[in-house]
Amino acid sequence: MSSMQQRFAAALMAPDSPLPDGLSSWNSRQPKARYDVYRNNVMMGLRRALASRFPAAERIVGEDFFAAMADTFIRAHPPRSPLLFLYGDDLPEFAAGFPPAQSVPYLPDVMRLEIARGRAYHAADAAPLDPARLAAVAPERLAELRLVFHPSTALVRSAFPVVTIWAMNAGELPAAAIAGWTPQDALVVRPHLVVEVLRLPPGGAVFLEALTDGMTLTTAAEAAMAADAAFDLAANLAGALGAGAFSAILIDQGDQP
Amino acid sequence: MKASQLPARAGVGFKPEHFAMIDAERQPVGFFEVHAENYMGAGGPPHAQLSRLREVYALSIHGVGLSIGSLQPLDQDHLRRLRQVCDRYQPESFSEHLAWSTHDTTFLNDLLPLPYTRETLEQICRHIDEVQTTLGRQMLLENPATYLLFEESTYEETDFLDEVVKRSGCGLLLDINNVFVASTNHNTDPRSYLARFPIRHVREIHLGGHSETEDDLGAPLLIDSHDTPVRDPVWALYAEVVARIGPVATLIEWDNDVPAWPVLRSEAEAAEAILRRSALAA
Repeated sequence: MSSMQQRFAAALMAPDSPLPDGLSSWNSRQPKARYDVYRNNVMMGLRRALASRFPAAERIVGEDFFAAMADTFIRAHPPRSPLLFLYGDDLPEFAAGFPPAQSVPYLPDVMRLEIARGRAYHAADAAPLDPARLAAVAPERLAELRLVFHPSTALVRSAFPVVTIWAMNAGELPAAAIAGWTPQDALVVRPHLVVEVLRLPPGGAVFLEALTDGMTLTTAAEAAMAADAAFDLAANLAGALGAGAFSAILIDQGDQP
Repeated sequence: MKASQLPARAGVGFKPEHFAMIDAERQPVGFFEVHAENYMGAGGPPHAQLSRLREVYALSIHGVGLSIGSLQPLDQDHLRRLRQVCDRYQPESFSEHLAWSTHDTTFLNDLLPLPYTRETLEQICRHIDEVQTTLGRQMLLENPATYLLFEESTYEETDFLDEVVKRSGCGLLLDINNVFVASTNHNTDPRSYLARFPIRHVREIHLGGHSETEDDLGAPLLIDSHDTPVRDPVWALYAEVVARIGPVATLIEWDNDVPAWPVLRSEAEAAEAILRRSALAA
């Protein structure tokens, strides 16, 4: 019987393989159309799971293209967990190497943005840092403080205008020709119940990445400045704080007020 | 062990797109049912919505990913997640399927059929025992919609379920759409199935829609698609079951091509009317 399940499972994702032995129906010993119901259910369910996790990517390539790509992906990377809201983490890498998708080189980055949105949606709840708490820190301590990110916060960096492309395919912006085809970095955060996608200003991603790595405000600002001379610390800090990207302030032990 | 105790009323499978309408006023439904797997993330809107519903309505948690019918051991991580969801929401009922969905480490995302043999019976009972012990509650086991048979089966499905109930102490979730779908697919009489079904152990009924196609030989083949209203022959079987056993918690399932909330609510009201008639007749 374990071999029955083995045979039954193996043929499910192989559309042209023969039927497993030992099946029957009231009218046949070769119930192909009946077995195909299971094949179809499996593929359709997983396709649907991917389409609901990557709606903007589906919109970009169209339903038929997405379904064909999903089928190839599903057979190569079937889910390893019943938590389908996590299924497809490796779809961006797959799409990057999927020959028919080479004409849409920004597709993997849009998918990464959608993964970040999905993770933010399901992330642990936490109160975002009240900007007043930062304002209350003594000025001489500001330089040395570290910030703890909100559990939902994620960064997506792209060589393409990923935020604009995503927004146009998510119904957030009207579809139009994109005037400035320049790299964009996204900050994804869900401070309360709604997931926000924000385009980061110059140096913003380097700044936030440095803070994620546990650097102090000063060190992170220096890294951002080195990456982009146009980096504006006050604007970046206010933007990320206002978005709810942080949940707490850390000040070195012993210095604690 | 906590017994399953949903109110003997009509309930609806909860869909997040209906939350705002449901939350706007008290709805005439006895309970909501959710798929356990959708509430296994850490936080966010799913938990916010379910917590809110839980304040007002009875709750059934319905698992679709435990793979109780696998011959391999249950996924311990998944069992632990189920316990967390049940501990958090304290549902009136927890149910799963007489089916399998995981093989080795691959999750196949469908309720796959199993042969009914002494070997599968013993394994199913061990798994149910493990679930009930872990959750500290009785679980309900749902009869499947099936499209084919196994030559090695030695039990009728109804006898198999009867034996499972006797050995494990679980209750049953009778899906009447599944009965109609499977009986049509196997060219048998749904009324004979229901006559043999261990009906006094039924703690919940499912009603859903199906679609129609044909097999290779042109025989009718019904698919348990949950994408239409409950069909007339299923309503008729439901009325007969309720007349026989009295009011029992009844869920309207509509998972694909989900309609607007009022459509689902009116399906629940149709079930509720049948429940009320049987309560009056009793």
